[in-house]
Amino acid sequence: MKSELRDLYQEVVIDHSKNPRNFRKPEGANRSAEGMNPLCGDEITVHLKLAGDVIQDIGFQGAGCAISKASASMMTAALKNKTKADAEALFQRVHSMLTEGPKSKVNPEELGKLAALSGVWEFPVRVKCASLAWHTLRSALDGSHAPVSTE
Amino acid sequence: MRALREVSGRLDVERVRKDFPILRQEVHGKPLVYLDSAATSQKPRAVIEALDRYYEQDNANVHRGVHLLSERATQAYEAAREKVQRFVNAAHAHEVVFVRGTTEAINLVAQTFGRTRIRSGDEIVVTVMEHHSNIVPWQMLCEEKGAVLRVAPMDDEGTLLVDELERLVGPRTKLLALGHVSNALGTIHPVRRIVEMAHRRNVPVLLDGAQAVPHLAVDVQALGCDFYAFSGHKLFGPTGIGVLYGRSELLEEMPPWQGGGDMISSVTFEKTTWNRLPYKFEAGTPHIAGAIGLGAAIDYVRELGLDAIAAHEHDLLAYGTKALREVPGLRLIGTAKEKASVLSFALGDIHPHDIGTVLDREGIAIRTGHHCAQPLMRRLGVAATARASLAFYNRREDVDALVAGLHKVREVFA
Repeated sequence: MKSELRDLYQEVVIDHSKNPRNFRKPEGANRSAEGMNPLCGDEITVHLKLAGDVIQDIGFQGAGCAISKASASMMTAALKNKTKADAEALFQRVHSMLTEGPKSKVNPEELGKLAALSGVWEFPVRVKCASLAWHTLRSALDGSHAPVSTE
Repeated sequence: MRALREVSGRLDVERVRKDFPILRQEVHGKPLVYLDSAATSQKPRAVIEALDRYYEQDNANVHRGVHLLSERATQAYEAAREKVQRFVNAAHAHEVVFVRGTTEAINLVAQTFGRTRIRSGDEIVVTVMEHHSNIVPWQMLCEEKGAVLRVAPMDDEGTLLVDELERLVGPRTKLLALGHVSNALGTIHPVRRIVEMAHRRNVPVLLDGAQAVPHLAVDVQALGCDFYAFSGHKLFGPTGIGVLYGRSELLEEMPPWQGGGDMISSVTFEKTTWNRLPYKFEAGTPHIAGAIGLGAAIDYVRELGLDAIAAHEHDLLAYGTKALREVPGLRLIGTAKEKASVLSFALGDIHPHDIGTVLDREGIAIRTGHHCAQPLMRRLGVAATARASLAFYNRREDVDALVAGLHKVREVFA
C-alpha cells in the first residue's frame, strides 16, 4: 500500500473503526450533542455524564467513515475521568495536529493512541471527518443545542 | 469534419480521448481515471478553444452595441441559442432561456410559473429520486403558498412506480416535476408516457434533464413536456451556463423573475414594459462565453452522434455492471432495467468516503456521498453511496482500473 494511505489508515484506526469503544449512550448521561458532516452524510451523537467538571463517562453513537468513527472512539477512550479543561486542552492539540501536520507544535507521540490520526493532515478533505467528534464534544460540553456541522 | 466514428457507427474512444486534454494526466502518480462525469463532465478542446476565441476576438456586450465586436458577440450568442433549439428540437429559439444551470432553471419556474399558479391546498408532485434542486425550490414554494408536496415512490431496484405516481396526480395537482434520469441511480424514467398521463389531467410537467442530455437524444416536442431544464457543464460545456426550455404559451404568461437590463423593452419611473421572449427572463449581461462554449459542446456531441454515444455507453454499462458484481461484497444500488451509465454501489460495510479516498490514490475519481439526494438515501436505508459515472470518453480499461482499485480498498479494510 502507498505510504500516505498507510499513514491515514493505520492499524489503530482500522481497529477503532471496526470495534469502536464506548459506542453507546452511557447510563446517567446528562449532556449530549449532535454533529453532522453534510459532505458525506455522517452523523454522530456524543453523550456525556458530567459530574461537576469531570467527565465521568462518555460515549458516542451514529454512522460515519472509518476516520470519523476511529477518531470518536479514541476520543472517548482518552477523555473518561478527565476534566472539562483537560478535554478543551486535548481538543486544541488534536485540532492542531489534524490541521497543521508537521508544522504543528504538538508532538503526536504525546497524544498516545490519538497519534494514529497524525496522517490525516495529508488528506485535506478528510480533516473534517477526524474533527467531527471533537467539535461535537465541545458542543456537548457547552450545553449547546444547535447541531454541529462541519460545513 | 474529422470522422470520430468508424464506418460501423461505433465510437473510436481512443481518438475521442485525444480531444480531452485533461484526461492526459497523472494524479498521485497514476494515470487519471475519471469516473465522475455525472458530477461534471470534462471538456473537449473544441469547447476550450471556443471560449478562448470568444475572449480573444469577439468579446463585447450583446444586444446593445452598434460596433462590430458587439455584433459578432450577439451573433455568436444567438447562434448558440439556435444550436440548443435544434439539439432538443424546440419549436422556437425563443423557447430557450439561458440560465446558470439546472438549479436556476427550476427556481425560475418555481418563482414565476409557480408563484402565479400555485395556491393554498394545491399539490406539486415529485419523485423520491429527485436531486435536491428539484425538491427544495418546490418546498420553498409550498411553504409560501400553503401547498403540498407529494412524493411518488420507487421499488427496491430504483424503478419509478408509475402507477403510484399516476395515483398521486389528481385534481389538486398543479405541477409534476421529475428527473428524466436519476443522478444517483441512473434510472431512466418513461417520461413520455408520464407526460401523456399528466396532460390527460391537465397537469403541466417539468423535466429535470441534467443527467439525460449527456446520454440520450432529447426531443422536447416528442416528449411533450412543458419545461425542460439542463446544465451545460454536464454536457461537456462550461460551468455557469444552463438552459430552461419552456413552451411559448407558458413563458409568455409567466411574469419576469429578475429585473434589470436586457429584460425590459422600455423603462420609465411610472411603468416598465417587459422585453419579448426569451429576454424577459435574461436580466443582466448573460454568460455570453458560456453560451458559446455550450454551443461548441453541442456541436461536438452531435458530431459524435448521440446514437453512437448511447451504444458505447450501453456496452460500457453492461461491462461495468458485470465486472462490479464480481467484486466480493459489492452491492450495486440502482439496478433498474432502463439505466444511464451510472454505477452506484456499496462495498461491504466500508464507508463510501473511505472507498473514495483509497481510489483517489489510485488515480480514480468517483463521487461518494448522498449525491444531493438525501431523501433517496433515506429510502435506500444508506447514509451514502459510492458512484462511478461513465461518459463516452471512458473505456473498458477504466472499469478494469476501478475493479483493481476496489480490490485495494478491500485489502486496506480487510
